[in-house]
Amino acid sequence: MQLRRDLVEAIVAHARRDHPDEACGVIAGPAGSDRAERFIPMVNAARSPTFYEFDSTDLLKLYRELEANDEVPVVIYHSHTATEAYPSRTDISLAAEPDAHYVLVSTRDPDDYELRSYRIVDGVVTEEPIDVVES
Amino acid sequence: MAVTVSIPTILRTHTGGQKTVAATGSTLAEIIDNLEATHGGLKARLVKEGSLHRFVNVYVNDEDVRFSGGLDAKVSDGDTVTILPAVAGG
Repeated sequence: MQLRRDLVEAIVAHARRDHPDEACGVIAGPAGSDRAERFIPMVNAARSPTFYEFDSTDLLKLYRELEANDEVPVVIYHSHTATEAYPSRTDISLAAEPDAHYVLVSTRDPDDYELRSYRIVDGVVTEEPIDVVES
Repeated sequence: MAVTVSIPTILRTHTGGQKTVAATGSTLAEIIDNLEATHGGLKARLVKEGSLHRFVNVYVNDEDVRFSGGLDAKVSDGDTVTILPAVAGG
């Protein structure tokens, strides 16, 4: 998956800001394009170091906005603040966007980050390489 | 009472790919039973042991039904029911 460097930096900055709680959000792109373009940080309604959930009112607003713009959530990102950037059992069981790239960033190391991307479909996790491209 | 139900991508396998479907009923529970009759398999994705799944959000117009009675939430002619799986994880 291709991801612009400025979007990678935006994900990491959001994750650092919310650390030790998990951070979460979406990068939207035109429907059918598979291009991550518009960075949309979301509030983690759970405010937890081990769980994230978009607030239900924000979720409705987000999907209405995407629909109106003919966009889809190309990337759904969240952070792990004490563990590696690999989907947890909860991540796998709750993944509900089969067309999205699930991007995980780990902020457990204060000096370095780990950023990885997965497809999660019907409980099956498939990692995909991230090709960081200059903005 | 005829309403429009907006179906999320992951459940469109039950609606032949349709984004919106029509349903009738005066409560959310009746709407879901009506949907099940025409689009089998949907109910099990929405309801568990007599309540809405914890990680499925359902809205009548702009209101999350968790704050308006859950499955007993009232729906009126012309309302839009939107189903959105939670975006959540650990």
